[in-house]
Amino acid sequence: MALFRYPRPLPSEITPKQIYLSRRTLIGATAALAASATAAEAAPLQTHRGPYSAVLEPTPHEDVTHYNNFYEFGMDKADPSSQSQEFQPLPWTLEITGLVKKPLRLDVEQLLKSSEIEERIYRMRCVEAWSMVIPWDGIPLANLLRNADPDPRATHVAFESVVRPLEMPGQNGGFSGIQWPYVEGLRLDEAMNPLTLIALGIYGETLPNQNGAPLRLVVPWKYGFKGIKSIQRIRLLDHEPPTTWNRLAPDEYGFYANVNPQVDHPRWSQASERVIGARSLFGARRQPTLMFNGYGEQVADLYRGMDLRAHF
Amino acid sequence: MVVNVRFMLRKHWRVIFYPLGLLPAVWLLCEGQQGALGADPVNVFERSLGLWAFRFLLCCLALAPLRRFTGINLLRYRRLTGLLAFFYALMHLAAYIGLDLGFDWSTLWRDVTHRSFIILGMGALLMLVPLAVTSNMRAMRMLRGRWKLLHRLIYPAALLAGIHFFLSFKTLNSISAPYLVALGLVLLARISRRSKTI
Repeated sequence: MALFRYPRPLPSEITPKQIYLSRRTLIGATAALAASATAAEAAPLQTHRGPYSAVLEPTPHEDVTHYNNFYEFGMDKADPSSQSQEFQPLPWTLEITGLVKKPLRLDVEQLLKSSEIEERIYRMRCVEAWSMVIPWDGIPLANLLRNADPDPRATHVAFESVVRPLEMPGQNGGFSGIQWPYVEGLRLDEAMNPLTLIALGIYGETLPNQNGAPLRLVVPWKYGFKGIKSIQRIRLLDHEPPTTWNRLAPDEYGFYANVNPQVDHPRWSQASERVIGARSLFGARRQPTLMFNGYGEQVADLYRGMDLRAHF
Repeated sequence: MVVNVRFMLRKHWRVIFYPLGLLPAVWLLCEGQQGALGADPVNVFERSLGLWAFRFLLCCLALAPLRRFTGINLLRYRRLTGLLAFFYALMHLAAYIGLDLGFDWSTLWRDVTHRSFIILGMGALLMLVPLAVTSNMRAMRMLRGRWKLLHRLIYPAALLAGIHFFLSFKTLNSISAPYLVALGLVLLARISRRSKTI
């Protein structure tokens, strides 16, 4: 006779295989969610002070991260911060292709560890006539393009963002008339200008989703919409590529979109701008907008002899 | 008790509804003062006032079709909603000139003379001025038959306000679309009718 009888559960009490398997996937999903939560959190970046930084007080972090235009997540300024939790910025591959001798596929997780990342405090002027001062952390686009060795025939650079309707609620439904992915472009000499930055962070930390994680373009002398976010592909071309806002309203948004107080938007003046960050209704400031957003010394030569009213 | 409340409402509705209608403006002002309107408070304040003006304008225009299609008669609130629309439009203009432009008269002049977006909004407001001024019994008696004709100005005013509202967004979107549909419906209801009343 057995000395010990271990308790045997009734067959009806045993969890069916299907159910316990589904529990495992649930636990797995929770773990993945926890991992993604950490991925979405800002991580500190190795960065050092770079050239061209404006000697200006940066806009409060709260405003830079909660007042955004990123229509992939919704049209309201608050949508990108509240609707972007599902977005998975990593892992991420940045492709540099087209008219280059050495096409590149860059692992952005590696790029985030690069010692080339530097801080640039830039003015940022939105086409909607408001402005901020943002401390970006990034790598000059020229450095990345040089690594790909551009072909002499290349004259323009095209940028392409992502299409992920499951993670980007603003891409569901075609209400806005915007064709996804968001696309942007620069002339090659504009792209090679030392001011042009591929930002991987703000305020010394990785980019939050709402600011264009994991990497975005920053062209400080142009209106903000040129700064395409969450870039997947960069292609070098021998012609001017289509750009999203120009495609949508060519009379309002040009290919160049240089900040220019003398060329008004058809619906509002570009002569001055509301400074973001005042918070109180009666403490708000308005300041004159500067030609090329104050970067004329670095970029005016790019447009010598061009009629900036025609090429707005 | 219920009868009493209804009686009170009928008799003293002005005392209740005018302050009630102005409550959003007071609320926005308090929020703005405390820094609760977000990163671009002037823009939010200005746009919200404009949106309230448009909402009251739509309410005003909806009362006639409401009676026609459902029999619910709220026509006595047309003056209330119309005047509230006018007040909000005035505050919207004041916010634009004072807070947004910071009384920069030269930019204002350029805006008013060059930009169709601004001209449409100004046009809508200007059309509401004679309506607000003649919204009392005395003016009605003085103008007689012409009063109704004059007050049809509300339809072009609403159309201009609608286009102005549409243009205030960069693209067509889910925020503005319902209002534009509502405007389309009330204007359609007006066109589909041939009676001589407003």
